[in-house]
Amino acid sequence: MKIKAQIEMVLNLDKCIGCHTCSVTCKNTWTNRPGAEYMWFNNVETKPGVGYPKRWEDEDQYHGGWKLNSKGKLTLRAGGKLNKVALGKIFYNNDMPEMDDYYEPWTYDYKTLFGPERKHQPVALPKSQITGEDMELKTGPNWDDDLAGSTEYVEQDPNIQKIESDIKKNFEQAFMMYLPRLCEHCLNAPCVASCPSGAMYKRDEDGIVLVDQERCRGWRFCMTGCPYKKVYFNWKTHKAEKCTFCYPRIEEGQPTVCAETCVGRIRYIGALLYDADRVEEAASTPDETKLYEAQRELFLDPNDPEIVKQALADGISEEMIAAAQKSPIYRMAVKDQIAFPLHPEYRTMPMVWYIPPLSPVMSYFEGRDSIKNPEMIFPGIDQMRVPVEYLANLLTGGNVPVIKKALYKLAMMRLYMRAKTSGKDFDTSKLERVGLTEQTATSLYRLLAIAKYEDRF
Amino acid sequence: MFKSRFFHKVEKFNGTFTQLEEKSRRWEKLYRQRWAHDKVVRTTHGVNCTGSCSWNVYVKQGIITWEHQATDYPSCGANIPGYEPRGCPRGASFSWYEYSPVRIKYPYIRGRLWKLWTEAKKQFDNPVDAWASIVEDPAKEKEYKSVRGHGGMIRVHRQEALELISASLIYTIKKYGPDRIAGFTPIPAMSMMSFSAGARFIALLGGEELSFYDWYADLPPASPQVWGEQTDVPESADWYNSSYIIMWGSNIPLTRTPDAHFMTEVRYKGSKIVAVSPDYAENVKFADDWLAPEPGTDSAVAQGMTYVILNEFYQKRHEQQFINYSKQYTDLPFIIELVKSKANDGHLTSGHYVRITDLKGAGEKNGEWKTIVYDQKQHNFVVPNGTVGQKYDPSQKWNIELKDEAGHDIDPAMSVLDQDAPTEEVVVDFPAFSNEGNSVVARHLPVRKITYADGSEHYVTTAYDLLLAQYGIKRHDNDDLAAKDENDASSAFTPAWQEQYTGVKAKLVTQIAREFAQNALDTGGKCMVIMGGGVNHWYNADMNYRTIINLLMLCGCVGVQGGGWAHYVGQEKLRPQEGWANITFANDWVKGGARQQQGTTWYYFATDQWRYEEMDNQKQYSPVYGSSHQYLHNADYVQMAIRLGWLPSYPQFNRSSLSFVKDYGTKDIKEISAKVVDELKKGTLQFAAEDPDAKINQPKNFFLWRSNLFASSGKGAEYFMKHLLGAENGLLAKPNARLKPEDMIWHDEETTGKLDLVVDMDFRMVSTAMYSDVVLPAATWYEKEDLSSTDMHPFIHPFNKAISPMWESKSDWQQFKLLAKTFSEMAKKYLPEKVYDLKTRPLGHGTPGEIGQVGGEIRDWKKGEVEPIPGKTMPSLSLVERDYHHLYDRFIALGPNMVNNYGYEVQDAYDELKDSLGTFDEGYDAGLPKLDEDVNVCEAILHMSTASNGRLCDRAWKKKETVTGEKLEDIGRGHADDWMTFQKITAQPQEAYPTPIGTSAKHGGDRYSPFSLNVERKIPWVTLTGRQQYYVDHEIFLDFGEGLATFKPSLPPQVLAPQDVDVQPADKEVTLRYMTPHGKWNIHTMYYDNLEMLTLFRGGPTVWMSPQDAAKIDVKDNDWIELYNRNGVVTARAVVSHRMPEGSLYMYHAQDNEIYEPLSTITGNRGGSHNAPTQIHVKPTHMVGGYGQLCYGWNYYGPTGNQRDLYANVRKLKKVTWSED
Repeated sequence: MKIKAQIEMVLNLDKCIGCHTCSVTCKNTWTNRPGAEYMWFNNVETKPGVGYPKRWEDEDQYHGGWKLNSKGKLTLRAGGKLNKVALGKIFYNNDMPEMDDYYEPWTYDYKTLFGPERKHQPVALPKSQITGEDMELKTGPNWDDDLAGSTEYVEQDPNIQKIESDIKKNFEQAFMMYLPRLCEHCLNAPCVASCPSGAMYKRDEDGIVLVDQERCRGWRFCMTGCPYKKVYFNWKTHKAEKCTFCYPRIEEGQPTVCAETCVGRIRYIGALLYDADRVEEAASTPDETKLYEAQRELFLDPNDPEIVKQALADGISEEMIAAAQKSPIYRMAVKDQIAFPLHPEYRTMPMVWYIPPLSPVMSYFEGRDSIKNPEMIFPGIDQMRVPVEYLANLLTGGNVPVIKKALYKLAMMRLYMRAKTSGKDFDTSKLERVGLTEQTATSLYRLLAIAKYEDRF
Repeated sequence: MFKSRFFHKVEKFNGTFTQLEEKSRRWEKLYRQRWAHDKVVRTTHGVNCTGSCSWNVYVKQGIITWEHQATDYPSCGANIPGYEPRGCPRGASFSWYEYSPVRIKYPYIRGRLWKLWTEAKKQFDNPVDAWASIVEDPAKEKEYKSVRGHGGMIRVHRQEALELISASLIYTIKKYGPDRIAGFTPIPAMSMMSFSAGARFIALLGGEELSFYDWYADLPPASPQVWGEQTDVPESADWYNSSYIIMWGSNIPLTRTPDAHFMTEVRYKGSKIVAVSPDYAENVKFADDWLAPEPGTDSAVAQGMTYVILNEFYQKRHEQQFINYSKQYTDLPFIIELVKSKANDGHLTSGHYVRITDLKGAGEKNGEWKTIVYDQKQHNFVVPNGTVGQKYDPSQKWNIELKDEAGHDIDPAMSVLDQDAPTEEVVVDFPAFSNEGNSVVARHLPVRKITYADGSEHYVTTAYDLLLAQYGIKRHDNDDLAAKDENDASSAFTPAWQEQYTGVKAKLVTQIAREFAQNALDTGGKCMVIMGGGVNHWYNADMNYRTIINLLMLCGCVGVQGGGWAHYVGQEKLRPQEGWANITFANDWVKGGARQQQGTTWYYFATDQWRYEEMDNQKQYSPVYGSSHQYLHNADYVQMAIRLGWLPSYPQFNRSSLSFVKDYGTKDIKEISAKVVDELKKGTLQFAAEDPDAKINQPKNFFLWRSNLFASSGKGAEYFMKHLLGAENGLLAKPNARLKPEDMIWHDEETTGKLDLVVDMDFRMVSTAMYSDVVLPAATWYEKEDLSSTDMHPFIHPFNKAISPMWESKSDWQQFKLLAKTFSEMAKKYLPEKVYDLKTRPLGHGTPGEIGQVGGEIRDWKKGEVEPIPGKTMPSLSLVERDYHHLYDRFIALGPNMVNNYGYEVQDAYDELKDSLGTFDEGYDAGLPKLDEDVNVCEAILHMSTASNGRLCDRAWKKKETVTGEKLEDIGRGHADDWMTFQKITAQPQEAYPTPIGTSAKHGGDRYSPFSLNVERKIPWVTLTGRQQYYVDHEIFLDFGEGLATFKPSLPPQVLAPQDVDVQPADKEVTLRYMTPHGKWNIHTMYYDNLEMLTLFRGGPTVWMSPQDAAKIDVKDNDWIELYNRNGVVTARAVVSHRMPEGSLYMYHAQDNEIYEPLSTITGNRGGSHNAPTQIHVKPTHMVGGYGQLCYGWNYYGPTGNQRDLYANVRKLKKVTWSED
């Protein structure tokens, strides 16, 4: 065992209102400069939809992440370093998203509005920020927001394409959810493994993955290697850039910008301890639907005295251990298992996790005689607007039962709280059935709902 | 020495998969340097979004870099989520504006006007004469007005601009009177001191300040109708106290972004969430149940629910909790007289409330204002405490204890069946409205016969009996006129009935109604309806609202923490109100000297929308009631409202308001009044509104600041363009000479370009600036000091300067201050005489005007039904001395009259301001507190208001105790020694002290909850009965069938009228409902032009439509389309989505037309903003005045500028062109 510490984030998608504040504050702080116009270290996607860059989840096209080779050995889907150098592929990379897959950043000819008198009221027309030429707007970083253009974009969502049953795009059965995305700061980061220059690294002390701006030579294999398409190429500096998990803030004990400015209060940040010696093994789990559990099992109990002892021996600071002990992440990801990684089937061991959207699920409402049949909640979950299979394709490599289990737990917590706040009886054995007690249901409720600043970060 | 980086020693682990390297990480300083900053300044945004979010602005080497939300709000306690962080992506993108190319950096004047002006100044020494030579020459006038909006602004020196403005003001004052000068700026709460700047200047001039809350259709007229309150709502943290929330026409994640988390979080507490929305909106994502009614039919849904609650919880279960609430807090037990139905012989219908004078005759003080109930203890009719009659009877303590005037305990009977008296059953007629035409619903009603003082006999009933009858609740088995049950589609107002109009399944409506009422029973009323623009922006919005409010009242939810209505449309809650109002309207110098004009009616006449009315009132009238005061044209109702003193009307008369003292040769207001009354009766003097197109009656000068009126809120934008501005426009409508008002003068010739000078202050070049004549550069929100508050949270917090105003920009206060200085100096020279301004004023809310016009019956002096008596049957008249030479001196000092405006002692607070702000040493202002700097004005507002000065708060509660006889001072007690200063709120946002201005009894950490003061402390509502009213008995309400709330459909579809422009047909075209809900990427037009927001969606004007409708016209996603109706044309791109219902389109609100909008193929001109296809319809019930809760207040009661009952034709835009040159 080799214990390492990792800073991790959990996003409660059930509370996400899709407002994009995180994207804007992040952009203004980090990427509103020439060369970085099109970069959104953090972006928010409406699901179902194509995302940014378009269809980033289509790894048959982009070849991001890892796969198991014929010997069951973990290997980059786009080919390893040797492969690149020896076969000369370093000069030829056709797995890259193109400009239009992101979008061509534009601005407007605003000065026209101050211009000389014209025959008609002047208007500001879009101009490319790359070429300065007039532009016809056809795509952007959030073009299909809130199911915009759903006639074209919903069926291009790779997660929808994986669902066998027919998803109806009709008014009555409409559904959507939001997916805020940032760099996953993976335990098994394919961008680091892809970099021919050794410019990318995972920080030993907190697991933050960075591109060394001095070493980067602009080969851009990190962009291909990252299946989340969260490494970008700065066309002015000719270096790769990516989300830094706001390390200048983290180092000073502040949460990331995206987390602190999240007005839906959906983001939690905390430290985790994990066994770095077992990462490869876990990432090599053959069955894709088991990858989530394999990853979860890497996390170590920070309150176990043996673990603490070993962690100290492995050079983890006391401060980091204390942070891991009070981490809300451990509670949500490991103890209650209501948070899940994004696309674990990419075998990257991502470190930004998500609580799936619960709502709407209260498909019945107790009448005057208190809760008649709380089990009714479960058919409710099976009939959710957001299909459970869709969530499983996003968050568990297709493992439906674990998603359901989490939703049952959240729904039961909600029912229990309803009984409690309206002064009604509640059969606590129902809590036990989903792995909760009155105490843990209450504390989980507080963590998710009251969620004070100090509880989130 | 050479050292290879490939061969130094590394530690490997994870098998050999991972290696630990020791390389230099010095480069990491790169991002640390980017993060580093020099200072962080607390400020906010002033944008009427209700957010009022506190932000930290980061500054690095004098440059604003970015903004993040503040997270240091005072806690809501351990068991409620906190307010941090507040803010949204729009606010987060504000810093883009600071250095952006849309920033207005210098003063500008329209080039053509500047040329005319410089030429005229060469000819005339007197600048006022120079101005006259331009505006009195039709050719010159047209030359600069016709090119408004087309560019060609030139940069000038500020002083040159101020001279031109002042010359024009003096010209207007001398020639037409000061009431031809108007100012518009919206919603003070979002930056209250900046609002005051222009309003104070205009108040001192004698111009009119236009209202905005009603004009925006954000005012819910139902609130004054039911509660006598403008609006009072819970702070968003109170949602967390609710266990059943219906979001009804309010898309919380989009429009209340910083508050939405309370809704998402309270779900975990077990609260059920229901969304009522015609589209699959963002908030529907969070809802356990979704009701998607046909747009505009919400009142029918609410009526279906009401049926279930009345039938099951009142009639069958007789739930005591509900009945007790109804008895004490609503008008349900009050006695109503029945009159003959107009529809059927032998049938009756409901008339007026019975007053004690009806039973006992005259004699009792305000007896005709005292409504009655039947007391089951004394077995007699009694006047309960708290009616409006008692409010104005100083011998009474005004409260709603269940007692009569003699102090006996009473137990009001809900029904005449509980009155120990013989009853009969009669048939009553109720009006019902639908697209197919109006109908009559006949029901059985229990009544009893009583004898009035004059010996006449009358059938009477209670409001409760009437309500049960309206809904056809079966009260005995053989009632064949009642509904069988909720599935009886043939009986009006049942769940099954509503399904045919709304499309919402009866079963679902029944289920939600049951859950809602049951939850209220279980929790003591913790059911909440969060409602908004989706149901409020309709012509018959008050019917939507009243039917929904009925649900809340029936279940005892109003006045309960976590319960009641939560109406959020507009940032209406200005917390430190008294200090602000006194400064804004210059009451510190002359109380009541300001003209407070009703915005909607002003625009209705000034933009000539009244000439284009197609709707006559036939379909709106009740078939069962008919008064003798009906008009087909709504403009006639406005005229009646003006002459009877219901609504203000400025410009006032067809004569200068300064002429009366001169012409009559007296300063005696009584003498003047007599002559004015005489002239009005003879017709030698007219209200200006009777002939709004006459040159003398038009507004001439228009000031705009903090506003993008012409695009954002200019409903009927193309009418503005044509008639107010004289600019190029896309109007396809022609005046309707078939429907002319009876009481107005109609000119066959059209009047265009009424305004001589439009002055705008802004920091960005948007359409209002482009269409103005003078543009002054405003400081941004990060460059000035000001105050902010909202209804969504209880805090007061500041704007601060992160940097000094850049280029030549200045804060609004400083701009108006400099204008006041130039104006005063020029007035000394060019307006030397002393002037007296005769000012009219309507019967006002909160004044004895509330008991001005008896019985809810119209008495029109013009028809000889009554004598015109100023302040009683017509507007009041007063004389104001205008001291133009000292306007500047008055502007910059807090006047000595301040201390007389409170009704309790404030001299000490005023004196403290002399110390803290400093005083002037000499001259006109010697010894007076200084208001010359922005921060001083903020301090004065805070110090002179009960929400921010605890000592005043304490005195105000004590004062209220003496009026009501109820114990109240404990509410403010904890704050008696606290006061806020600008420095204190900069250190941390401060929670406003609970004051008697609001209706919340919050204390000890409660969240703000409206009407809890009424419920917990027995304070009457400001209504006729002193209770929440289901029934409104004014003649106009009965005429329109709105005595009780009922479903009225949206206005009939019309795209073009017969006389309008012929539009060349397209191959494929579809007619859709045109709706403009608030959007995701802008707040009004603010942020719409912001590159970040444009990037995050589709970069230009868009219209959302369903795939079905798009297919009908061969339109694919992102295709250009053109949509039009008689009001105007829009060109935009289609967003096709299955979350939209068939038959409706959304053009999200406030898409200004200066970004990426092509020319129209229909007009050949630029496509308009989202307001191009809109037109306003003024509703007569909103004009009623002088009658209890129906009484004019500025932004308080008045016709709304509703704009939702509209249709448009949509077609593909075949040719996309941008400009001809």
